[in-house]
Amino acid sequence: MATTAVSEKDDAGQEQRPPARPRRRSGWWWPYALLAPAVLFELVIHVVPMITGVWMSTRQLTKFFISNWTAAPGVGLRNYQVALDFDAAVGEALLRSFAVTCAFTVLVVLVSWTFGMAAAVVLQRSFRGRSGLRTLFLVPYALPVYAGVLTWNFMLQRDTGAINHILVDNLGLIDDRPFWLIGSNAFWSVVVVAIWKMWPFAFLMLMAGLQSVPQDVYEASAVDGAHAYRQWRSITLPMLRPVNIVLVLVMFLWVFNDFNTPFVLFGTGQPAAGDLISFHIYNATFLTWNFGLGAAMSVLLLLFLLLVTGIYLLITNRESRRA
Amino acid sequence: MKTRSLRASAVAAALLLGMTAACTSNSDNADDSDGGSTEGGGGGGGSLTYWASNQGTSIDNDKEVLTPVLEAFTEQTGIPVELEVIGWNDLQTRIQTAVTSGQAPDVVNIGNTWAASLQATGAFMPFGDEEMDAIGGADKFVETALATGGAEGEDPTSVPVYGLAYGLYYNKAMLEAAGVEPPTTWEEMVSAAQAVTDPATGVYGLSLASGSYTENSHFAFINGAQNGAELFDSDGNPTFTEDGTVEGIKRYLDLMQEDEVVNPSNAQYDNAALAVADFATGKAAMILTQNNAGATITANGMPDDAFGVVALPAPSDAEDDIASHVAGINLSIFTNTDNKDGALQFVEYMTSPEVQTQLGRPFSTLPVLVDTEATFTDNTELAETFTDIYNNRSAPLPLVPAEDQFENTVGKAMNQMFATIATGGTVSEDDVRAALQTAQDQVQASVG
Repeated sequence: MATTAVSEKDDAGQEQRPPARPRRRSGWWWPYALLAPAVLFELVIHVVPMITGVWMSTRQLTKFFISNWTAAPGVGLRNYQVALDFDAAVGEALLRSFAVTCAFTVLVVLVSWTFGMAAAVVLQRSFRGRSGLRTLFLVPYALPVYAGVLTWNFMLQRDTGAINHILVDNLGLIDDRPFWLIGSNAFWSVVVVAIWKMWPFAFLMLMAGLQSVPQDVYEASAVDGAHAYRQWRSITLPMLRPVNIVLVLVMFLWVFNDFNTPFVLFGTGQPAAGDLISFHIYNATFLTWNFGLGAAMSVLLLLFLLLVTGIYLLITNRESRRA
Repeated sequence: MKTRSLRASAVAAALLLGMTAACTSNSDNADDSDGGSTEGGGGGGGSLTYWASNQGTSIDNDKEVLTPVLEAFTEQTGIPVELEVIGWNDLQTRIQTAVTSGQAPDVVNIGNTWAASLQATGAFMPFGDEEMDAIGGADKFVETALATGGAEGEDPTSVPVYGLAYGLYYNKAMLEAAGVEPPTTWEEMVSAAQAVTDPATGVYGLSLASGSYTENSHFAFINGAQNGAELFDSDGNPTFTEDGTVEGIKRYLDLMQEDEVVNPSNAQYDNAALAVADFATGKAAMILTQNNAGATITANGMPDDAFGVVALPAPSDAEDDIASHVAGINLSIFTNTDNKDGALQFVEYMTSPEVQTQLGRPFSTLPVLVDTEATFTDNTELAETFTDIYNNRSAPLPLVPAEDQFENTVGKAMNQMFATIATGGTVSEDDVRAALQTAQDQVQASVG
């Protein structure tokens, strides 16, 4: 969805910018009129709820006020104090969830990107069955999240799951049936499922990016004696840089905020090792009906993501200017 | 040029994503999680929307049982009822979402232990004198059952519709083969379970829904109460870390940990029906479950005369021989209903002797009306056992606003502790106390 948004804005931006704009022509308002509905809905759907969320984070919005939440008393920054007091139960749990989410995000983005890149490069050359493979690789991305993750939930069951059936009964690799959805293995389960779900997106983006790399550059470098790895490092990677900058950022934000995967995979089980931050905030909010505290945690998450995004873009910007 | 505009778009997209992410965590997800649209207010045109909890063997089974009952109501009163049956894992979230959004049904089934908590939201209609008269008067209900309708000293915001109690079901043949009698104390229950347990053949003494936070929280209460512990002080503040509660929870966890009479796989059982199925198929000789398990046991092919029931036993040195909480389902009316009269008529109908008798059997529930016989079984001994537990050996869960938070935090902490045990770790009394301290802090943070 974000990719279409990016490309549309890109196209629109180019069309709107003629080489010279001496004075207002008739119909100058036309682009604004076209954009107005989008701006309106953006305000209604995103900006207003976001401001409401910030307001909620300064209220003691518990069940006593939930059916008339504008009457909730203000508590200033107390909800933030509770969320950030890492010596107390609530803050400590939030910090732990944050650490789990960081590890999860790094692993999922790294592996998904690697898989996506490898598959995109391999499928760049045409060979028999290429389109079949492309379609096959995109299946996890096309599948509805709930159906896909629920299937993983069945496969990862201890007694009846396919994974243990293969590992224990068929291959005999392990004697004792491991649990995959509770205990520490839950982390690896949610990482694997998230990679399964995410890597086709990386593949799709990189494959699209590779279409714009001219074939004759490769041919010229081959004449100069460059091997496949050298070509990838010196041609493919630099040419894909703009795509990669966006891809990594978008994947980071999606993976960091992933709610559906742990929600569907674990249900009410909620193991500590798979306690990703969106899921954690949801549970912390609904567990105790403390919506003010939940809103404060969400605002903190927003600030963190803004910070990371800002630093990331600053660094990538500076690097490209130097290059 | 191209790169720059692409990057500008990327910044815009990234900011947007970040913002939506923050918003989804507190509002949108609530809608995602309920997995379907909710009809508001029943449409006003004299019709009603009714959310029923899952009482029978499956959601479809509930629909089959309830549909003719609701059709009869429509015939009598001309009020059509739109029914939705909701599973136990989702019901609490669905009700919370309905309260938060105001998009609520007219009438809803609630777990009676949530009554005081939901009352505190102000989203449910109090049954004052007038409303109580409209549904046939407070006198028609069993007193202990009606007492679960809300906090003490206030008009209840719910009335009982199905009565339930915990019992210890045992497989007669399996206990006989092991040469043990039905247990009367906790210690006897453990040794009977050990006599039956044989992990090599996959047979265990007991099966528990150790991954279900509601079930776990019930046993935290019952085992703690047997030790004389209280979960809340008189001001409604949580006191989860009392010794009696810590020891009670440890005793329950030890069924899997030290006594080893529970299959570690049970740590993933997030629904009581899974434990009942193990019992009905001979994988477990005993289960601790409520009297509505009967329907599931029969559906799994176990004949009625193959099992017996005794009260959940207390340790021989227990301070109290409480065997259950006053379990059951209550009916509530949302304050913002467009059809209060219709809703009251419906509640009167559902709590009438005829409907109680009609539903008692398929849902295996105890009557909540005075002078009504239990109809959930033909086995008089079974009916007597449960009636005795319900009337004489049950205590209500604390009728305080934070009760549901106790279920959520302590129940889920117990899920984690069972998971630790099942995956080879150990849980000491100190671990239990630390987990309860965390739960207590979480609840205290929202009690204020």
